[in-house]
Amino acid sequence: MIKDITIGQFFPGKSVIHRLDPRIKLLLTVMYIVMLFIAKSFSGLGVGIVFMLISFLLSGIPIKMMLKSIKPIVPIIIFTGILNLFFISSGDVLFEWKFIKITSGGVTTMVFMAVRIILLICGTSLLTYTTSPITLTDAIERILSPLKVIKFPAHEIAMMMTIALRFIPTLIEETDKIMSAQKARGADLETGSLIKRAKALIPILIPLFVSAFRRAEELALAMECRCYHGGEGRTRLKQLKTAPRDYVAVAIGALFIAAVILLNRFSPI
Amino acid sequence: MGIIRTEDLTYVYGEGTPFRKVAIDKINIDIDEGEIVGVIGHTGSGKSTLMQHLNGLLKPTSGKVYIDGEELFADKSRLKDIRFKVGLVFQYPEYQLFEETVYKDIAFGPKNMGLGEDEIDRRVRETARLVGLGEELLEKSPFELSGGQKRRVAIAGVMAMEPKVLILDEPTAGLDPRGRDRILGLIKEYHAEKGTTVLLVSHSMEDVAKTVSKILVLSDAKVFMYSDRSSVFARADELTSMGLTVPQVTRVFDRLRAMGIEFDDEVFSVDYAKDLVLKLLEEKRRH
Ligand SMILES: Nc1ncnc2c1ncn2[C@@H]1O[C@H](COP(=O)(O)OP(=O)(O)OP(=O)(O)O)[C@@H](O)[C@H]1O
Ligand SMILES: [Mg+2]
Repeated sequence: MIKDITIGQFFPGKSVIHRLDPRIKLLLTVMYIVMLFIAKSFSGLGVGIVFMLISFLLSGIPIKMMLKSIKPIVPIIIFTGILNLFFISSGDVLFEWKFIKITSGGVTTMVFMAVRIILLICGTSLLTYTTSPITLTDAIERILSPLKVIKFPAHEIAMMMTIALRFIPTLIEETDKIMSAQKARGADLETGSLIKRAKALIPILIPLFVSAFRRAEELALAMECRCYHGGEGRTRLKQLKTAPRDYVAVAIGALFIAAVILLNRFSPI
Repeated sequence: MGIIRTEDLTYVYGEGTPFRKVAIDKINIDIDEGEIVGVIGHTGSGKSTLMQHLNGLLKPTSGKVYIDGEELFADKSRLKDIRFKVGLVFQYPEYQLFEETVYKDIAFGPKNMGLGEDEIDRRVRETARLVGLGEELLEKSPFELSGGQKRRVAIAGVMAMEPKVLILDEPTAGLDPRGRDRILGLIKEYHAEKGTTVLLVSHSMEDVAKTVSKILVLSDAKVFMYSDRSSVFARADELTSMGLTVPQVTRVFDRLRAMGIEFDDEVFSVDYAKDLVLKLLEEKRRH
């Protein structure tokens, strides 16, 4: 059933990583991404790996969950890997056959890129595993709120994200129901040519859109009835507060970035 | 052997997750052809889950379902034909309307059956008449209709497939008393006209009592009893403890009977009760 798809992969827990201020976690994730992109050598990536492993071990997320997050991007890794392998020609030639030429430069780039992509995904997954979607949007709102002076609608965007996240499971359930109802009327969703199958989606998509719009309208009305008028003057139930551990975490992140910069300068590989 | 039969039918939602939930547990039922059966039970007792097994939308975790003597899921390619044999109208069916016109929406099922133009046209017009939708509505968009009209279009869409078994899951949910009576009336009429086997799922004993002859009571994923109307209502106390109610008039008349007034029959509807009381008063006056 469609319902089995997991979205919003929050994995509740009480680890130190879970308890970090979400704004700090976002900042650390950005620092980590910077780390990965400025690293020019394997030793630089190694620093990223160490940073990632420490956070991972502290978070108490099962290794199985981590592997699950990598699975969907395996095709991308393979695809970029093949491109790098065949189209980069630097270093020694390792293998040559007709127009195919594989060089040591190609192999190194392939491995380097693959490791980098995997690290990127692991890091960002760790963020979403340890931070609930609602907290995350809260943090994004707070980070973007200085932009309000230039009329950037930070609160509205965060509210839209929150609502979207809230309604994903509802819409999935609804899709399931409509699919069953149309199947009961003999709709065939599984067989036939591509065009036929695309056409078979119409009886599902139209009711889904209709009900999504209806829901949106009802929600808007309900919010207005409760005097919702945007972010101005709104206080919040959960205040975000930074603790000493947050500053320690940022300091550690900065040290790791410094390490990568130093390695770029002085390490040959 | 009846047209619908199940053998130890069990279904578990979310097997292998912390949300595991046994929705129906070892259900054995046997429903005869031409019967009109009410299915009642408290919220979450497994009514909708059971109904979705009867046309193969859900695959049993264990146990078997036989429709017209044929085992479901024995041959997957037969599933579509079985869905035409067992028409299922979902809870809040108006949300599945999608076509440009009412006519086309009712024709969706028959078209999927691969019927010819003439036959489709006959069925659409006939069911539209049966559910009380005027000719002038057929060319309208289903989204322009009122809630009750939409509901009737959705029901007509399933009736037009002329299934041997018609299952309606809470067809009166969210309608006003008049809309409710109208839907129940048309179900009764359809049953009388076509002789189709009908299963009517409902929370409301009142609705069920007015419409059906036999009642299947589900409680906590199990069959509590399957019997005719009066023997079910005779166990009023047990039903009440399950959170179900016997129709109010039935309770009033049970009480009158306990007080020593004789009635020949169980009383299920207010109209019938009115006639009975008037007759009684008439008799009293003559004496
Ligand atoms: N898609 C689902 N996923 C998980 N659990 C479900 C699902 N659908 C139903 N259930 C659970 O299975 C049980 C039976 O549900 P079902 O919908 O069959 O009850 P019902 O008798 O139709 O209730 P109602 O009268 O409220 O419609 C409930 O406890 C419900 O929580
Ligand atoms: Mg139900």
